Amino acid sequence: MTSSSASGSVLLTHDVGLHARPSVKLTKLAKSFKSTIEFAVSPEGPWIDAKSIVKVMATKAKKDTVLHFRASGGDAPAAVAALTSLVERDFKENHADAATG
Amino acid sequence: MTDRVGIVILSHSPDVARGTADMVRQMVGCDVPLSFCGGNPDGGLGTSVEKILKAIDEAWSDKGVAILVDLGGAETNSEMAIEMLDPDRQARVVVCNAPIVEGAVMAATEAWGGASLEDVRRTAEELSPP
Repeated sequence: MTSSSASGSVLLTHDVGLHARPSVKLTKLAKSFKSTIEFAVSPEGPWIDAKSIVKVMATKAKKDTVLHFRASGGDAPAAVAALTSLVERDFKENHADAATG
Repeated sequence: MTDRVGIVILSHSPDVARGTADMVRQMVGCDVPLSFCGGNPDGGLGTSVEKILKAIDEAWSDKGVAILVDLGGAETNSEMAIEMLDPDRQARVVVCNAPIVEGAVMAATEAWGGASLEDVRRTAEELSPP
């Protein structure tokens, strides 16, 4: 498996922002990938580990924040695509995720 | 399938224990072994070593079991229960020093990802005041 990196950003439109349940969903999805995955609320960082539920929840990102993702590892592009898609569809369940998780 | 650390939720109140378990189920899902118990054998507020042992058994995983507790007696009774386990199980059960509701959700999320018992405990305890 070749190593690669990927990045992407997405506007957080969820009404109450990155609160408890979306945080758990984001973290679980991140954990389903092997790559190192980080995200930040600013392109300059600070970058936090998307697989750490405590750190994800602690960001308390509000509605209309742009979330920046970056990943490195074999499944980095898929990881960034899945995470930005999760935020885009307002954290609703998706069967593709259920298959990976 | 016991490839994930199990979680036991232990409160003095059966309602708190059940409600906390509901939150974990709804937020994290049903893939993590989970059990809860609360109340003394007479039906009042309290904890019971016997119920804790049963709950540990229900949530048992070869990767271990993390217990989330509320107040003092819950912790000491958990420690008593752990001492009564088979020696090969004793080292695989820990009591987390974390708030019960938040800690249970954090621990279950970490356990869901396949983390070790030590990582599950550390994640729950990241929440605690220094």
